[in-house]
Amino acid sequence: MANGHSTTLHHHFESYDQQRNASSLGMWFFLAQEVMFFGGLFTAYMIYRTQNGLDFAVASSHLNIPLGALNTAILIASSFTMAMAVKKSVLAQRKAIVGYLILTLILGCGFLVVKYFEYAEKFEHNTVPGSSFEFHVEPELIAQYDLSPERVVTMEKRAEIFFSLYFMMTGLHALHMVIGVGIGIWLMFPAMAGKFNMDYHNPVENFGLYWHFVDLVWIFLFPLLYLLGGNALAGG
Amino acid sequence: MSAHAESYDPNVNYLNRDWSLKSWLLTLDHKRIAWLYLISVSVFFAIGGFFAMLIRMELLTPQGDLLSPDTYNRVFTQHGVVMIFLFLIPSIPAVLGNFLVPLMVGAVDVAFPRLNLLSWYIYTVAGILVILALITGGVDTGWTFYTPLSSTYANSQVMLVAIAVFVNGFASILTGLNFLVTIHTMRAKNLTWGKLPLFIWAMYATSLINVLGTPVVAITLLMAGAERVLGLGIFDPALGGDPILFQHLFWFYSHPAVYIMILPAFGVISELIAAFSRKKIFGYTFIAASSVGIAILGFIVWAHHMFTTGMSAYAATVFSALTMLIAVPTAVKVINWTATMYQGSVSWETPMLYAVGFLGLFLIGGLTGVMLATLGLDIHVHDTYFVVAHFHYVMVGGAIMGFLGGIHYWWPKMTGRLYNGSISKVSAILVFVGFNLTFFPQFLLGYMGMPRRYHAYPEEFQALNVFSTAGATVLGLGYILPAFYLTYSLFKGEKAPANPWGAMSIEWQTPSPPPLHNFVTPPVITEPYDYEHELIKEQIAELKKHVKPQEVPLG
Repeated sequence: MANGHSTTLHHHFESYDQQRNASSLGMWFFLAQEVMFFGGLFTAYMIYRTQNGLDFAVASSHLNIPLGALNTAILIASSFTMAMAVKKSVLAQRKAIVGYLILTLILGCGFLVVKYFEYAEKFEHNTVPGSSFEFHVEPELIAQYDLSPERVVTMEKRAEIFFSLYFMMTGLHALHMVIGVGIGIWLMFPAMAGKFNMDYHNPVENFGLYWHFVDLVWIFLFPLLYLLGGNALAGG
Repeated sequence: MSAHAESYDPNVNYLNRDWSLKSWLLTLDHKRIAWLYLISVSVFFAIGGFFAMLIRMELLTPQGDLLSPDTYNRVFTQHGVVMIFLFLIPSIPAVLGNFLVPLMVGAVDVAFPRLNLLSWYIYTVAGILVILALITGGVDTGWTFYTPLSSTYANSQVMLVAIAVFVNGFASILTGLNFLVTIHTMRAKNLTWGKLPLFIWAMYATSLINVLGTPVVAITLLMAGAERVLGLGIFDPALGGDPILFQHLFWFYSHPAVYIMILPAFGVISELIAAFSRKKIFGYTFIAASSVGIAILGFIVWAHHMFTTGMSAYAATVFSALTMLIAVPTAVKVINWTATMYQGSVSWETPMLYAVGFLGLFLIGGLTGVMLATLGLDIHVHDTYFVVAHFHYVMVGGAIMGFLGGIHYWWPKMTGRLYNGSISKVSAILVFVGFNLTFFPQFLLGYMGMPRRYHAYPEEFQALNVFSTAGATVLGLGYILPAFYLTYSLFKGEKAPANPWGAMSIEWQTPSPPPLHNFVTPPVITEPYDYEHELIKEQIAELKKHVKPQEVPLG
């Protein structure tokens, strides 16, 4: 074993192979746990969306599709830089690992900045659930679907459920992004110290798995929350 | 492992190598973390037991004169929350599981020792939050936190307790994740899946539920909490939200949680029955597979808690049939245990008394479960004491009997000391008798129509309630005794040999208590429960040197 290896192999493992297997398997079980965690929310969304299809579509049309699309692009790009960081960590290329990690973190922060502007917009328009929640169905839509005044009132109430789910889902996703950025910064230290190599790169690999998972959640959130509204406005 | 053997000193073990407080609170040793958990869950068992005592005292008389209705609501809620989340769920996995999983798979430690310690700290934070809630007024929603009561109407510390349950979930998830990875990747050479002790199979199945079920209740409580605090409206009927959705999501975890409590006990009982029948366990493969089968089936039966809530009759029929299906793998276990005892050389040591007591109580608990799965009967006895008696037979008669049996069985290994056989047998019998006196009358009360969760009741129910309270006193005595004689044995007990029961799994091949790194020499891996093996004959011969022959009725 080369120098420096002994500090990265924990004493209760017999070999790097065993340590890597344990570490990856642990991460996959953790991700399974995450799937179930978000799964509860997605279930609630699916049930309400099935019961209130048109109402949800109308509420969805108040989301900012260009910003959502921008964030989707940012996250896909960050997944690429993350994958490169993992590859470089296997190859023990210290500077490249650090560089790709920094790029990933910049993109992650970029996502959060865009999200901040989106949330600010919601607060301005009072589409944040709670006592000051306000939602008005556009007159064109009322005419298009020939909605009775009572139907409009229920539609405005269902919109509050939609926005509750929107904030819950995107909020938890953003929280995962914040935690991800935190872990990424923490990984910079061993990366700069050149600790990662063929035998010991599981921290970067596991961080990569986590990052891709969080991206993947967004890939589901974007169409479910943002693109749903297009239908209603197109009359479909 | 040979490296550790070189520096082995027989006078130093995991307990006495360092007694400083720091060495305990920052320990990464799975065996010490088991002790941290044992002490904490015992404290919460006592707190939960105190609330149980208040309930039984209130129900001694029909008038409801001891506690006000509001206080009574808080008392039974707190009994449930403390017992389920802070005692039953961590009890066997976090205490016996932590101690035994690495030993039984022949590893030095669990895969992630730091996460293991973190899990105890998370559990402690959750416990402190619950205590804080108790001091500041308590919680009155029932342990189920049903909306809109919990999200809108309750005026008690719902948030503190919900956050505690949420936080505590991460402790379960970390323990479960640790066991899954340890069992997959840390097994000793030659210890294949088919040779694993059945306790390990049970822990594996339990851990699957911990990892896949717990996050669902976490997100559910988070949604209800966001509704209460931030005014989000996910379950709010005024907006068109559905409180029944909360119940579905809640039971999606909380039914499998019943198996988090009982599967580990199944694992313990498998070990006890084989060891004290001195016979290869009957149907190893079936018992192992039935644990995993129960874990999987457990995820698709949740709605049987909601037959009267408002559900399509077709859905109810399907859930009823699926629930009955669970009786199959459960019966496989009970029948195989009985078959193991048949023509075995059974010895009636204390742990075996608990195991046999478990068989009787769990049989009643399980069979009344099938009755409750029947739609017509469930509608009749729903929310009555029949249900209360049923789940206490499963969770107290099953899980706690398993826990106590396991503690008595592995105590010599954990402490290196033997406890007093006579007192412990008396206490095991007190628990069995007291339990039946407490909870059997509740089946009758429930069938006669006494509803649960009321502080007062019609006078004709009094006689059976007096029986129940009297039984609870006996049961309480049975639970308090071990605290005394086990603690006494810690200091004054006779020194235990490596294998005091002449049992056949690899944790008995290391000294009692084990050294820091678990094994002095690599353990000999045999077929599971191979009581014909040469090794066991050697060990029994060794044992007879240590203990007077008349005390050990070895076959």
